[in-house]
This record gives sequence, C-alpha cells and structure tokens, in this order.
Amino acid sequence: MKLRIKFSKQGPVKFVGHLDIMRYFQKAMRRAGIDIKYSEGFSPHQIMSFAAPLGVGLTSNGEYMDIEVNTMEDCKTMVSQLNETMADGIQILECHMLDERAKNAMSLVAAADYTLTFREGKQPNDLKAFLNGLSDFMGQEHILITKKTKKGEREIDLKAFIYELSIHGETIFMKISAGSADNLKPELVMDAYYQWLGQTCPEFAFQIQREEVYGNTGDEEHRVLVPLGLIGESLE
Amino acid sequence: MRKLALSDEILLRIEKPARYIGGEVNMVKKDLSAVDIRFAMCFPDVYEIGMSHLGMQILYDMFNRREDIYCERIFSPWTDLDQIMREQQIPLFALESQDPIKKFDFIGITLQYEMCYTNILQVLDLGQIPLHWEDRTEEDPIIIGGGPCAYNPEPLAEFFDMFYIGEGETVYFELMDRYKENKKNGGSRRDFLEMASEIDGIYVPAFYDVFYHEDGTIESMKPNNPHAKEKVTKQLVVSMDEAYYIEKPVVPFIKVTQDRVVLEVMRGCIRGCRFCQAGNVYRPLREHSLEYLKEYASKLLKSTGHEEISLSSLSSSDYTHLEGIVNFLIDEFKDKGVNISLPSLRIDAFSLDVMSKVQDIRKSSLTFAPEAGSQRLRDVINKGLSEEIILKGAGEAFQGGWNRVKLYFMLGLPTETIEDMEGIAELSEKVAEVYYDIPKDQRNGKVQVVASSSFFVPKPFTPFQWARMCTKEEFLERAYIVKDKFKKMLNQKSLKYNYHEADLTVLEGVLARGDRKVSSLIEEVYKNGALYDSWSEHFKNDIWMKAFETCGLDADFYTVRERDLEEVFPWDFINAGVSKEFLKREWQNAIDAKVTPNCRERCSGCGAKNFEGGVCYETEN
Ligand code: SF4
Repeated sequence: MKLRIKFSKQGPVKFVGHLDIMRYFQKAMRRAGIDIKYSEGFSPHQIMSFAAPLGVGLTSNGEYMDIEVNTMEDCKTMVSQLNETMADGIQILECHMLDERAKNAMSLVAAADYTLTFREGKQPNDLKAFLNGLSDFMGQEHILITKKTKKGEREIDLKAFIYELSIHGETIFMKISAGSADNLKPELVMDAYYQWLGQTCPEFAFQIQREEVYGNTGDEEHRVLVPLGLIGESLE
Repeated sequence: MRKLALSDEILLRIEKPARYIGGEVNMVKKDLSAVDIRFAMCFPDVYEIGMSHLGMQILYDMFNRREDIYCERIFSPWTDLDQIMREQQIPLFALESQDPIKKFDFIGITLQYEMCYTNILQVLDLGQIPLHWEDRTEEDPIIIGGGPCAYNPEPLAEFFDMFYIGEGETVYFELMDRYKENKKNGGSRRDFLEMASEIDGIYVPAFYDVFYHEDGTIESMKPNNPHAKEKVTKQLVVSMDEAYYIEKPVVPFIKVTQDRVVLEVMRGCIRGCRFCQAGNVYRPLREHSLEYLKEYASKLLKSTGHEEISLSSLSSSDYTHLEGIVNFLIDEFKDKGVNISLPSLRIDAFSLDVMSKVQDIRKSSLTFAPEAGSQRLRDVINKGLSEEIILKGAGEAFQGGWNRVKLYFMLGLPTETIEDMEGIAELSEKVAEVYYDIPKDQRNGKVQVVASSSFFVPKPFTPFQWARMCTKEEFLERAYIVKDKFKKMLNQKSLKYNYHEADLTVLEGVLARGDRKVSSLIEEVYKNGALYDSWSEHFKNDIWMKAFETCGLDADFYTVRERDLEEVFPWDFINAGVSKEFLKREWQNAIDAKVTPNCRERCSGCGAKNFEGGVCYETEN
C-alpha cells in the first residue's frame, strides 16, 4: 500500500538537514513498528521518498513523504503510532492512502507556499515602507534579478514563477514555483526585491517557513494547484 | 519550544549545527526545579565521536534514572564554533538545557585517549571554569575524570578535582549522596573533597604530595590529608547482569561514527596480551548471560530504531554464548532489515559461516591481528595467534569466496629484531600464497592483503610498563625495513603496507606515562593553539616540541628511558587489580619469550581474583 504522509518541522530541528531527516524517519518507522516495505537485494532499504528537500534553517508546516507498507490498520492509527515516537518539533499531520498508480510526491511538486518574517535585528529601519513597497515590485512587467554565474552575470526574470506575493501583518507570504523543473527559492525573491530597492539583502535576514507544497492538476496555462496530500488519494 | 544557547545566525554559519541543538530522540528532559544535582557528562571530542561511546550513554542513563539528578551532555565544539565562542565570549553549554556548564554541580569528563587532553582544557576554558583545581571556588563545578586514561591520571592532576578509578556504575551514587549531604550541612568544597576521598576508587590529587629524586624519577607519593587513602583501588561491576545498562540510548540526528545499537557482551579479557592495557585493567572477565543479551538486543533496537546492531567486547570469540547470541540476532532480526556487525571475531568455521550470512562477502574483508611478525615475538607479547591458525583461517575464507584480508601489527615491541620486522612482510606474503594455491578457475580474481602497523606505546599496568619505547627515528626506521621487505615479496602487487604517524605516538607515550609535571606541558600547548590533536589535520607537532623546551621537560625521559624494576611509577598509588608482582613476572616471561596460558586454561594469579567474581570463579560454579 502506498501512503503519503504530511509532517511539520518546527523549532530547533530546523537545523537538521534533509539527509538526516531521511535517516531520522527510517529509524522512526522502526521505533513505531510500522510494517514498511523493503527493497530487494543484499542490503534492503525502506521504500520511502520525500517530496522536496527543505533547506537547513527553514521551518515547515507542509512536508511530504511517500512510503509503502505491507500491512497497516488505518491512517489514523498510523499518524498516532508515528507521533508517539517523534522528536520534539516534528509532528505527523496527515496520512493518506494512495491509489496504486499514483505518481510519487517528488514528481508532482509544482509550487509551494512560504511565509517570511525578519529575524531579530535584521528589520529595515522603516519596516512599513519596506513591506508596502512589495506591491509595486510585484506590479512590474518583469521581475529581474542579476545573478553571478561562472560565466559572468546573468539576468533572470522571476515574474512567471511568482504566483502570489502578499503581506499579512509583518509576515510576507509567497506562492512560488517549486519542483525539479523551475524551483524558485524564496530567498531569491527577496534578493530581487532588495536589488530593485538598490540595496543588498542582509545575510540570514529572514526566518522562512514552508507552509504547503502543491501539485498541478491543471496544465501549464491553467494551473490548478492542489496540496500534495489531496492528489492521488485512493477512494476506498 | 526549547530555546537554544546559540543564535540562528551562528548556527547557520557553522558546520553541522545539529551537533549543538540537543533534542534528539530519547534525550532526557527534566524539570530543573525538581532536581538537586546537575551533572554534565563530557566527552572531550566532537559530537559524532562522543555520541558513539557506549560508556557515556550508560552513565547518562544511569544518572538520569535518579530523580534528584539531571545528567546532561557536553562535547567539544568543533573549531569553527570554538572560534566564534571565543570571539563573542559565549559560555559553553550543555545540550539538554542549553545552560552554561559553569552553573552545574559536576562535570564528569571521560578520558578515552591521551590525545584528547587539550580538548579537556578547551571545554573548561570555553565553559569559563578555572583550568586548575587550585583556582576554583565554591561557585565552580566539581571536575571529575574517569575512563581508561584515569589509570594514570597524573598528567591531568592539576586540572581535576578528583578522578574516579574503575567502572563508572559502581560508586557514583554514593558520591552523589555525599555531595547532597555536604550541601545540606552547609559544608564547603574542601569538606566535600575530603568526604569523597574516603570513597573507594576516588582519587583527589590535591590530597597527595609527590617527592622526586634528583634524576627526576619519583621518590614517593604520600597523602597530605588524613582522609585520603594510601592506595586507591579500582572499582568494578562484579555481576554484569545486575549492572545498569541503557534501555533508551539517545539517537543522534546526524550520522555519528557508531550509528548502531551496541550490545556489550562482557567486560575484561582472558587472553593476557602483554601490550594491552584494557586486557589488564579490566580483569577479571565478566560475562552477561545470554538471556540478558537477548532481552536487551530487542529492547534497544525497538527504542532506537537503529538498523544495525553490533556486539562489543575486547574479544567476542571468548564469550561463552557467542553462538547463542549470534544465532538469535540472525534468526530474530535479519529479516527485519537489521544489519548485524561482528567485530573482533576469531576466524574459524563458525565465524566464517556467520559472516557469510550477515555480510556481503565481496565487499567485506577478513581481519587478523597477529600484532607481531614472528612466532617468537608473538610469544613475547603473549598473543596466542599462530601462523598456522592465520593461514588455515585465511584458506577457509578464500574457499568461501573472500579475497580481501587486513592484518594488524605493532612495531617497536620489546625485543623486536629485524627478523621480526621482516616477518610482517613474510606473513602477508604467505597469506597471499595461500590464495594463489587455489586453482585459478576456483578463485575470485586477485587477492588483496593490507598490512598496517601502529607504533607501540608501553602503557601503565601492563607487563611492558618497564619497557623502553622507541624514538620517532627508530619507529620510522623499522617501518622502512618492513616496507623494503614488502618490495621484495613475489606477490608484492597483491600486498599493501601502511604505518601510523610516529610523532603522535611519541606524544601518546609522554601523556600515557607522564607524571604531574606533564600538566604544564598540556597547558602550554593548549595556550599556543593545540586542539583536536587526535585529528591529523589539526595536530601540530611543532607546538608540542616547542612546549617541551618552554616547560623544561624532556620527552625522552618519559619514553625511551630504561626503567629499573624498583622505580616508583606515577600510577603506582593505584591498585588496578593486577598486582605488581604479577606484572613483573609477566615482564620476565616476555623477555624469555614464555607464553602464559589464558584465564580459562589456567589462572596465573594476577590479583584480580580479589574482586570475587568473573572468570576467576567460573569453574567453581
Ligand atoms: S586471578 Fe586468575 S583467572 Fe582471575 S583474572 Fe587473574 S589470572 Fe585470570
């Protein structure tokens, strides 16, 4: 049986990198006594894959991984079994049973939501003006950023990859392109904004949180973004 | 959410920030207002090394089972964070509470190898705790050292309030009780040290004076406080099954060196190799029962989720129920995707059969530790591994499909001759020949024999404590002799030879055999930037060499000097179980190349019988 599991990552565990989180979950499956499926061969490994790696330092409310199990009770039990053995800061939020033909999470990723807040001491002097300026920035026809590459400088237009950019109190929200094809990092959007303002973004300025990861059930022209947990669910 | 001692910005700038955040699965959390004693357990090396150490996990678990004690962990910050902490004067903190360690009641530092001594000073220094016991006040924690290097604590005597000689599980609780009692009575730090020095196994360096002869050797070492004992006796666990063992080891987020469940099957060793300190000071051999191990194997795999389990002991082949436990592990866990790793097994039909079940033969190699190249020298060191056994074992393994062999040797052993050195190459060659004797169509390509040699350091409480150690030049000369011989071997293309660094060995010798005067050397090198000396990329020999001059010390005095049988050693005030008479006897047997049988063949009256347990009483039950 294929399952998609959604979890959050909050607090100090944000400093645990992606590869270590994978190892963490392999051990968690054993502790929780999940009857997870193993690959064949001399050194079998668990059938487990993650939707999108999360950078060190980012928190998240919407991480996804797919696993295969031989047997299980039901999704609710799975969630509570796993939660019993989680480290502080990592919580299992959802478990969905997938259709056998469902694509894996990684190949589905099309977009993600992020929220950004300034780390202490990193706010611009006039925070209000800074935040208000974002709508003019988004209103441009092209959102250009100059990036240094090995072959010199290159200009990229981010406009097509930013689906939404808005302000909620002192928090910046953005829905941007994600996945293997056009993965946009939220930091890059802020770098572009600072460049547009004629400034440079201070190092480690933002605490960034991933809120959700989406797949696209529409097409290139008409995107229909659906949270990964709701794609490919089996109907039983 | 727990608050961290380090800011996000610092954590994002350094390598592997997860080393410093705590919060791992099975980390113990306690309400600070409900505990009486705060104990910080320190392994003075980087997190990945320290977290791989079984002893530390055992003590962590043991202390935390007591409600009135909260035991936390400290490791050496890596060099990147070290620099930041110095610049910003951030006090070193314990992982659990993230509180500065200077607030703690105790800091227990485990002493596993000599080359971590500068890291001890780093921990104290970053912890903002005075380096010398003499300078500590009522506000400062009590610094206590334990572990194998505590069998010669003298080079560290200036820095520790006390040492604990023996296995940690036995008297720590008594020490904690005395501490509480003293606090309740409004007693001072000195009062506590006096109370502590009455406990068996506790050594308080401040309470002893050392008198020297003119030539720098020790005339005597005497207590200067009526509470201190003349001799400090090693403490150990007599009945293993009743000792504390971990049920829920902390599971690191990052990959550590020992990323697996470690099942300690026994302590001590029956073999009596004359170069081995562990084999002497951990006498007598004491085993866990099979039932106990089965229970713990299951518990530990369940509580950690590790995908690998390994057996730990000095010589697992001597464990009475080896077949029982190995078969249990295979039957019970092999199908659940658990890897079983079996270090230090003698190569024989049983172990080959087991190895073929638990590992991929094509990827694994056979390991032998003959330690010396000739039978004569193996008799000198009492290593009961003959050429015949090695060649037979290798032959069987080659038939079974193996084609990689590792051989471990030591160079610079007492009485070593050129023939012994060359014997390393010759034995390696013979192993290769055994392989090529197999018809071509029945073997698996080429054989690869890798021989490695380390340089020998005579350790305290071994029969070789009287032996002279080689100089750096002598070590290297011997390595070149071996290397040259390898070049003359017919199968040289299938052979490889490596040898260890000689500079480090010389310093190990000084630190392992040093007296109190060596404290100043350690402090001097630390102040000049020595740190992580056991990491070759950080080891700076010139700092050490210069410090010998500055401190007016002579490395040769500690290493290459011939020692008289009557000389008083810095560690002679410790009763480690094995008697000096036994060690002298064994030293003579070594010189005569006379083999001493192991404890199960015949008791040699080493003195460890006084502990009233273990192998010494096996036949009586
Ligand atoms: S007293 Fe005898 S049996 Fe016991 S450890 Fe010593 S030599 Fe071995």
